[in-house]
Amino acid sequence: MVSFEEVAETVVELFRKAETELPEDVIQALKNAYEQEDNEVARNTIGAILRNIEAARGLKVPMCQDTGLPIIFAEVGRDLRLDFNLRDAIVEGVRRATKEVPLRPNAVHPLTRENPGTNIGPHVPLITMDVVEGDALKLTVLPKGAGSENVSALRMLLPSQVNNVERFIIEVVKNAGGKPCPPIIVGVGIGTTFDGAAKLAKKALLRNVTSMDEFERGLLEKINSLGIGPGGLGGKTTALAVLVETGYCHTASLPVAVNIQCWANRRASAMLR
Amino acid sequence: MVMVEHWLKTPIGKDEILNLNVGDVVYITGTMITARDEAHVRMLEYFDEGNELPFRIEDVVIYHCGPIIVEDGGKYRTISAGPTTSARMNSLTPKVLERVDRMVIVGKGGMNEEVINALKGKGVYLAYTGGAGALAAQTIKTVRDVYWKDLGMPEAAWVFEVENFGPCIVGIDSKGNSLYKEVEKTVEENFRKILSQP
Repeated sequence: MVSFEEVAETVVELFRKAETELPEDVIQALKNAYEQEDNEVARNTIGAILRNIEAARGLKVPMCQDTGLPIIFAEVGRDLRLDFNLRDAIVEGVRRATKEVPLRPNAVHPLTRENPGTNIGPHVPLITMDVVEGDALKLTVLPKGAGSENVSALRMLLPSQVNNVERFIIEVVKNAGGKPCPPIIVGVGIGTTFDGAAKLAKKALLRNVTSMDEFERGLLEKINSLGIGPGGLGGKTTALAVLVETGYCHTASLPVAVNIQCWANRRASAMLR
Repeated sequence: MVMVEHWLKTPIGKDEILNLNVGDVVYITGTMITARDEAHVRMLEYFDEGNELPFRIEDVVIYHCGPIIVEDGGKYRTISAGPTTSARMNSLTPKVLERVDRMVIVGKGGMNEEVINALKGKGVYLAYTGGAGALAAQTIKTVRDVYWKDLGMPEAAWVFEVENFGPCIVGIDSKGNSLYKEVEKTVEENFRKILSQP
C-alpha cells in the first residue's frame, strides 16, 4: 500500500530529477537545433544551454536558479486505497524538496509579496488530481519558471474567429520575444472554458516534444520563421515544439490559451503502487 | 557577423565600455552584484533620501539575477545563478543610470528604448544565456558579501567574485545600438509575411 512517507519522498526525488536532469527528448531537440543554426550568436547561445545541462547533471544542481513554482499532476487509480490525505503528503514533499534539492523559495503572497521561504501557501503547490483506471498513483512534477509564465496569454475568441486561432498563438510568441528564454516549447489549449483552456495548455507541456502532429508542425514552422532565435538574439530556433490540446467548448465560445515554456521543459514522473 | 571577444576585469573602465559593440562576446572576471526588482527600488529609495549606497555600482557589474544560495558553516555558496528577465527593470534602470558615470549590466531578454537611451555614452547591456544557472554558478568563485538580505534570497544584493563569467553577448551598446531592436524589426516583418500567407 502507498504510504504518506513514500509519496513525500517520491515528490522530493521527482523535483530533484526535474531540476537537475532535462528529459532526453528536450535535450535531443536542443542538439538538433544546435546543428541547424548557422547564426554564430544563436549557436553560441544553444552551446551554452547544452553545457549548462551537462553541468547541472554532473554537479546535481538545478539547471536554472528559477526552480519554478511547484506544480504537481496526480493520477489516482480508482482501486487505490489511501489511509492519508494525498494533498498533505505532496505538500510535505515540496516542503522537503525546497530544503533538500534545494529549490529557490519562489512562492510569495500575491499582494503583500511576503515570502514564507517554504514554497508552501494557499493553493501552492498547485495540484491537479484526476481519477483514472487501475490501482496505481502516478505523480508528475512540472516546476514552472516565471520568465516564460509571465508572457503566456489567454483570449476568449468569438466562434466566428476560428481563423484567428493561429494568428493569436503566433502573436503571443512574437510579443514574448526573448523574455521567456527561447528556444521555447509552446503549450496550447483550445476549447472548454476560460480556466479549462489554460489547464489544457499546461497539460500539453507534459507531452514528448517529438509527438507533434501535422497541425502542430505547421505552427512550429511559422513560429520559427519569425526569427526571434535563441535568447531573442536572432536565429532559426525560436521554438522546439508546439503542443496543442483541444476540448469541446460552448457553442458561443472559443477560448485559446498559450502557455509558454522555456527551453528548460523540466518534468519528471513516477508510478507508485 | 564577426564576433569580437573581450576578456574584461572589474572595475571595467569607461573606455573599455565605450569600445564594446553589439554582437561582441564578453567574459568577465571580478566583482558582480545581483540586483533585481526589489534591490532597484531600494537603490532609488537611497537616492531619494540623499543616502550613499553601501556599494559602488560603477566598479562592479550589475547582474539581474535571483540566485539559489546555501549557507554552509557561516559561508555562502552559490548553487545556481542564471539571469532573470531584465525587462522588469525597464522603468527603474534609467533612474539608477542618472546617478552614475558608467555601468555594465548583465541580464536576459533585453531592455526597452528608454534604457537604450539612458545607456548612451556610459553603459552597456550584456545578454547571458537564460536559464544557464549551473554554468554561471561554476564561474562564481566566492560570495563576498550580501546587502539587503531582508528582501529575501532572490531579491537581496549578493556580491560575487567571478572568473571568466560568460559568454555574454553585447545586446545593447553605448552608442544606441540594440541587437534586440534589430531582431524585433525583422520579427515584425516576418510576422506580417506569415499572416499574408494563405
